[in-house]
Amino acid sequence: MFGEPVKRVEDDRLLRGQGAYLDDLGHDALAAAFVRSPHAHARITGIDVSAAVDVPGLIAIYTYEDLTGRVAEPLPMLIPHPALTAPRTGFPLAADEVNYAGEPVVMVVAEDRYLAEDAAQAIVVDYEQLPAVVGIDAARAARHLVHPDVPGNIAAELVQSHGDAHAAISAAPHTLELDLSIERSASTPLEGRGVLARWDTESGRLRIWTSTQTSTGVRAAVAAKLELDLAGVDVITPDVGGGFGVKIVHPWPEEVLVPWAARLLGRPVKYTEDRAEHFVASAHERGQRHLVRVGFDDEGRVLGLDVRFWHDNGAYIPYGLIVPIITSTQLLGPYKPGAYRVEFTSLYTNTVIVTPYRGAGRPQGAFVMERTMDAIAASLRLDRTVVRERNFITPEEMPYDHGLIFQDGRPLVYDSGDYPAALAMLKALIEWDSFPARQAEARAQGRRLGIGLACYVEGTGVGPYEGAHVVVETSGKVKVATGLTSQGQGHQTVFAQIVADELGVPLGDVAVTTGDTRAFGYAVGTFASRAAVMSGSAVALAARATREKALRIAAAALEAAPADLEIVDGAVRVKGDPASAIGLGTVAVLANPLRYAFDEAARAATQFAAGSSDPQAPPVPAGESPGLEGREFFSPVRSTFASGMHAAIVETDPDTAEIKILRYCVVHDCGTLINPRIVAGQIHGGVAQGIGGALYERLAYDEAGQLRNASFMDFLMPYVSEMPQEIEIDHLQTPSPLNPLGIKGAGEAGVIPGAALFASAISDAEGFAITAMPISPSDLFELRQRDQPAQDTDSR
Amino acid sequence: MKPPTFGYSRPESVAQAVSLLAARGPDAKVLAGGQSLMPLLNLRLAAPGHLVDINRLAELAYVSVSGGQVTIGALARHNDVLRDPLAVAAQPLLGQALALVAHPVIRNRGTTVGSIVHADPAGEMTAVLALLEGSVRLVSVAGERLASAEDFFLGPLESDVRAGELATEVLLPELPSGAGCAFTEVSRRHGDYAVCGVAALVELGPQGEVSGARAAYLSVGPVPVVLDLTEACGGVSLVSLATAGTPDFAQAGRLAMARLQPGDDIHATAAYRRHLAGVLTERALAGAFAHARERAWLSLP
Repeated sequence: MFGEPVKRVEDDRLLRGQGAYLDDLGHDALAAAFVRSPHAHARITGIDVSAAVDVPGLIAIYTYEDLTGRVAEPLPMLIPHPALTAPRTGFPLAADEVNYAGEPVVMVVAEDRYLAEDAAQAIVVDYEQLPAVVGIDAARAARHLVHPDVPGNIAAELVQSHGDAHAAISAAPHTLELDLSIERSASTPLEGRGVLARWDTESGRLRIWTSTQTSTGVRAAVAAKLELDLAGVDVITPDVGGGFGVKIVHPWPEEVLVPWAARLLGRPVKYTEDRAEHFVASAHERGQRHLVRVGFDDEGRVLGLDVRFWHDNGAYIPYGLIVPIITSTQLLGPYKPGAYRVEFTSLYTNTVIVTPYRGAGRPQGAFVMERTMDAIAASLRLDRTVVRERNFITPEEMPYDHGLIFQDGRPLVYDSGDYPAALAMLKALIEWDSFPARQAEARAQGRRLGIGLACYVEGTGVGPYEGAHVVVETSGKVKVATGLTSQGQGHQTVFAQIVADELGVPLGDVAVTTGDTRAFGYAVGTFASRAAVMSGSAVALAARATREKALRIAAAALEAAPADLEIVDGAVRVKGDPASAIGLGTVAVLANPLRYAFDEAARAATQFAAGSSDPQAPPVPAGESPGLEGREFFSPVRSTFASGMHAAIVETDPDTAEIKILRYCVVHDCGTLINPRIVAGQIHGGVAQGIGGALYERLAYDEAGQLRNASFMDFLMPYVSEMPQEIEIDHLQTPSPLNPLGIKGAGEAGVIPGAALFASAISDAEGFAITAMPISPSDLFELRQRDQPAQDTDSR
Repeated sequence: MKPPTFGYSRPESVAQAVSLLAARGPDAKVLAGGQSLMPLLNLRLAAPGHLVDINRLAELAYVSVSGGQVTIGALARHNDVLRDPLAVAAQPLLGQALALVAHPVIRNRGTTVGSIVHADPAGEMTAVLALLEGSVRLVSVAGERLASAEDFFLGPLESDVRAGELATEVLLPELPSGAGCAFTEVSRRHGDYAVCGVAALVELGPQGEVSGARAAYLSVGPVPVVLDLTEACGGVSLVSLATAGTPDFAQAGRLAMARLQPGDDIHATAAYRRHLAGVLTERALAGAFAHARERAWLSLP
């Protein structure tokens, strides 16, 4: 099973419409709706709810004044960092100031969502508007402050270095300076956020269903806020319609308020975020500006690299410095930078908070490094692939220590990879060397073609740990639980593949539960391309422990040594002797000696059963526990480093500046593949988001901090019609030495090189360097005008 | 994104519908395909007190061709029109334009008349009505009137449908022999509203010269804009084509750019949109010219 392109076991149910997402649950629940700030920055001077109290079906209206205990405190600073000197987080409901348009101010609970929205609409909030700080330039200028007690709007500044970059650049024969920007985008899962809470007044237990990437995280956060024992809170993730990073943030204001209100009211309460809210009330990412200084030799080898960048973190910074730290460290990609210095400033603005979105700072990093490589190639008139080859870390240099600290607080050490081999594969796949002839031919016909490439390395599978539980039921069916959550990745399939192989059972006999604290209470979450590496490894270890236990128990029954046994098709047998086979279900019966016979299988396990064990030995042998099961944890020292390279051929319309993708090629290395079909799916989805981020999506704030495109009509996620006809994929497999399966993560990879790749290809087609992404036809038209101002009037 | 409370009626006849509209006055809105109205309701951008759902009015679900006109009833879905071979043969611009209207699922539900009444200056069908100088039949308890395209569009999302009136059908002339048409647009994504779009109509004179050239523009103003570009097409004829190889509509493109004053938005600067208007004018006229030539060729004995 391992390594096979098994079809996803999830799909039959999901494609038949039998999925159960958050809003499919809790039809008996009260509905919550929120009054949100229409202003980017304002002081609340009054809240008048009098017109809302007569709305039929109204249950409750809460403002900040109504919040109690720790719910009235600011939301937690989830990931602190010594460099984060001015951490600020919001309140669940704004206390007296709002810092972004969309910030929740009043919570309304009513019999249904229609009525809740009616009441919300009737509430009048008076504001005294304050000047809004929007965009990196305004934040840096600091003519106005987002938080009055945070000078310069600076949340954090962090420098990392390895060697003396300034000296190396000064001494280098060639230097270049680049100014590179990426605009805001967002995760935009098709299912927004949502939470349902039930308070059991009799038992004092709280049960929460939430569309999250971390059920254990939400449990801990909500238990802390509501001052409940962890043991009294269950958090369950139903089917989740995508996360892409935004749902790792927790607890959201609504995730605290809904359980709080459910306890207060003694009735279930549900909140389903709608699309209009998601754009202004969840999280964004990507907005960064980078100044690069690079020194290099005549061959194009980088001798010194100095990157100074500014990160727009939005109004608050609950998720800390993860995104800019990833940019700082991962922009190095597959290259040796010589001496390296990176410094970033994380800035508050009056906009939606910024937290990781698939790729998490890497798309910006890849954009910076790959634009730099292209600039070096252009200045030396070298082929772009040659410059890259000359700067690659070689397989012989693995493990490679960059001398920096990664996002997990551990040294940035690459575990394995073969970048020269990957580049050779990519060049062959896209026919790199014959492209100039094709380009010239097209040019002669008045067509503009361009080719580009971009490389990346992605730290995947960050710690600290994940665990798994595998149990064989007396039916022989295998139940697997791991604590991290699923948002559509196919975990039920790949974890089942691992167990099927490790345990020797048919795939169809394995059922996997994820993200349910009742089934497995210790977990971190699904982010950083970590599920396969972390839970996959834990699942493998738990399955191995279960297998060993099965062999021990069967060895006693078969009077054979465990080493002489094998498990084939769900039965333990003496190697090569099918007649000796005992089904795993029977082994499970033997593993759990019983007093009560409630069915045929149990009858065989009672202490009065024929052939029962040695009367002189305890029914459960010393050192064993009842049940055929295994429970293991996996906690690696550091991340694995997946890598990849994408190449594309684009055509730009000389008249309309429309950009068309003619070919898209991927060489991808995520170590050993568990399921090539699922990896391909991850790449396809990532590439789609990469294309979106490069050519379509931007969050367009105006100067007042109003998001001008908070809908799918104007925020342009690409349709399938905007995808290339085919995404051509070649896999390279350099196993990771850091986990039992040799795997690396694959979840985010596809999106990372998007901006860098299209900037490279469009620059090649147009003959001038693209330095800001995303790029629309209108942007390209304006760049052409700047490059050759007379062009338009001539051609007309 | 839940609509506020509204009243709802589902009449069984046009007579019933207009009497409901008369009773409710300006507070009533007609619901047909709902492709624009329902999002407006859900976003609470529109809050009519009453919806008159005309989806039961089978008498308005027709597309017909007679007397030199294509007539589209208020309950004909975009795809009903697009798949009506007689209608698209009589007025090929309909087929060219409808293929650009959103996506099949939206065309299955959205109505052509509804999209014209909605008066979105970025909508393809508004430009079709304007270019073809068609008309809209408006029925009320007081009687009926025919509004001409020229007077119909008052502003963005504002048409000359008065309180109490129901637009029952749209009338479009057939494409005359010796004429050709084309619709071309640039949209950010497949099926999106166009950043700029041009519908063009070219008429050939007896010597194969361009005797008339008109173009309608999407997304360049508050209402669809129609320009007569005949004067800029002086040199183009079937005869000149034989020597030049391609028709030269560059002058017409320049004229269009000079006459239009598009605005900017998050998808396009005004300069880019104006530039597109020029490029697409050339393309649309060339397409319409080729179409006219093809039709002239086919009509030869």
